[in-house]
Amino acid sequence: MDLAYTPEEEEFRARLREWLGKVLPTLPPKPSPDDWPARRAYDLGWQRMLYDAGYAGLHWPVDAGGRRATPTQHLIFLEETEKAGAPYVGANFVGLLHAGPTIAAEGTAEQRARWLPPVLRGEEVWCQGFSEPDAGSDLAALRTRAWRDGDDYVVSGSKIWTSHAEVADWCELLVRTDPRAPKHRGISWLAMPMDAPGITVRPLRTLAGSTEFAEVFLDEVRVPVANRVGPENDGWRVTMVTLSFERGTAFVGEVVACRRVLGELAREARKNGRWDDPVLRRRLGRLNAEFRALWRLTQWNVGESERTGGVPGIGGSVFKLRYSHARQELYDTAADVLGPESLDLSADWTLDRLSSLSYTIAAGTSQIQRNIVAERILGLPKGR
Amino acid sequence: MRFQLTEDQRALQAGVRELLTRRFGREQLRAAVDAPNLDRALWRELGEAGFFALRLPEADGGVGLGLPEAVLAFEEAGRALLPGPLVATHLAAGEVPGAATGECVVAAVDGTLVEWLDEADTVRGDVTGAVAMRSADPLTPLHRVPRGASADPVAALLTAAEQLGSAARTCEAAVQHARAREQFGQPIGAFQAVKHLCAEMLVRVEVARVAVYAAAVTADPLDIAAAGLLADEAAERGARDCLQVHGGMGFTWESDVHLHLKRAWVRARRGHGAADAEEALAEHLLSPAAR
Repeated sequence: MDLAYTPEEEEFRARLREWLGKVLPTLPPKPSPDDWPARRAYDLGWQRMLYDAGYAGLHWPVDAGGRRATPTQHLIFLEETEKAGAPYVGANFVGLLHAGPTIAAEGTAEQRARWLPPVLRGEEVWCQGFSEPDAGSDLAALRTRAWRDGDDYVVSGSKIWTSHAEVADWCELLVRTDPRAPKHRGISWLAMPMDAPGITVRPLRTLAGSTEFAEVFLDEVRVPVANRVGPENDGWRVTMVTLSFERGTAFVGEVVACRRVLGELAREARKNGRWDDPVLRRRLGRLNAEFRALWRLTQWNVGESERTGGVPGIGGSVFKLRYSHARQELYDTAADVLGPESLDLSADWTLDRLSSLSYTIAAGTSQIQRNIVAERILGLPKGR
Repeated sequence: MRFQLTEDQRALQAGVRELLTRRFGREQLRAAVDAPNLDRALWRELGEAGFFALRLPEADGGVGLGLPEAVLAFEEAGRALLPGPLVATHLAAGEVPGAATGECVVAAVDGTLVEWLDEADTVRGDVTGAVAMRSADPLTPLHRVPRGASADPVAALLTAAEQLGSAARTCEAAVQHARAREQFGQPIGAFQAVKHLCAEMLVRVEVARVAVYAAAVTADPLDIAAAGLLADEAAERGARDCLQVHGGMGFTWESDVHLHLKRAWVRARRGHGAADAEEALAEHLLSPAAR
């Protein structure tokens, strides 16, 4: 058991820090949260800077254009960029963390050459067409249909909760290609160009007031058969590859951020006098223990993926469960520290508190995660 | 950075588990509950296996290992509900003659309690005016003392390791029961309500595990404070949930669940307790080092 970094890892960290110190002051001001074209431009600009400096696709395999950095280097990258206040992966999230790794793992040589470089260079944005109005947690119940017509699939149906749909170039789309097969077996994974005729995007307003995601309506959209990643009707397995990435590494920077927020909160409490309340103080102390442990869990999971050499494991569900609830508790505690100020929508705290409500729902609700932990880790029988 | 058990550490863990399964399995545990005397032969065997001398340098006749290894050994002790003043004797190795080899049983004042006072050969701390209690834990005789003593952070860490082992064991026991016990024509583990109890137990165990292991590596007092909070939570709530999964059976003396719960309560009262740990962790948030 070791928590010391090797000299190579420390050197990687030092070079990264130096680079961040140089480039971050040159960034343009952050765009407003609802100005999606500006956000796209900002996020892709940052991605381009990472690419030019050799930090793009750090954890991707070399033949997919990545750097094949070790999981520890990837961890250091996420830790340092967050600490330095670098931009979040933002609009590039799906491309870099879902679609890209899936294509890298399951795509043909042509597919990898076509789709991966623009993601890494910050030229194309992806969105995720998984959830449907009647298939959220029960993802395999999706009904969007795709018929073969010559060299194309013809796709009709609708998707929901699609982040970045307004500014996306591509959509990783799950469609039903065999309606007679058992529900997990008749699904295929397609790369759909978002400018194809028949696609309508309607932004949805979140409870936080932002237009974070959208509904996507598909009316006989033609997608070339060549855009299918993995065999026909094998999309469920392909998707599981994607989801394991999503649950494995998605929250590293956020844990670092939560620890910073907790420190800010303590200083705020000291300033406004609420620090004198021992109950509140002890809650902050317990949250400190919580986020320290979540950071250790991150390091443990990274050590594990380094040992097993690859795809992040199912332990991601354990992390996601604990983290999503801890984050909500952090912002509920923030509200108690801030008092009436916590009702001011112009404060970042308030918006973050509202958005924290999505964490126990997105990427599989806590209830689904508990089923996964119980059935796949603990081996409890499947129920209804 | 390789935050994972090494091969040697896995071997040590397996070795201690094997020894305890053989020498302190379920039958011995229940026999000890019926007649709570300290098993001197077992104590010496633990000594021979290096349990107490684990961190003593080889030059002093010890095993020469570190805190991470000690934590793994104490985790196993917690799993097995091994009774006796294990932490006090381990900490006395190299200081109290015979402690390292298990010839001498050492008790110590920890907070305002002393465990196993009557059975101990040596006591560390002032026990003037000690009064026996009817201990909630049938396998931990307790005395109250008027003048309390503050505990060493290493004692707190080893206690957290015992809590971790107990939490892992109650999680396993709950899962085992949920797979075997049938109601309404199916194993109760197929019901989501039961599944979710078990899943949360595992999450608490895994979070406590990384906190305890990391604290063993850094030996940082704040890491130890955090580990203690999370391990207490995992052990106490784990035993409670295990009892719930066992239903009526869990509320009987015959079931082992109450032994885990009661020992977890005793361990949670060792040292300073949760309030001090939380205050220290809160205070640290204001320090420049936390930024």
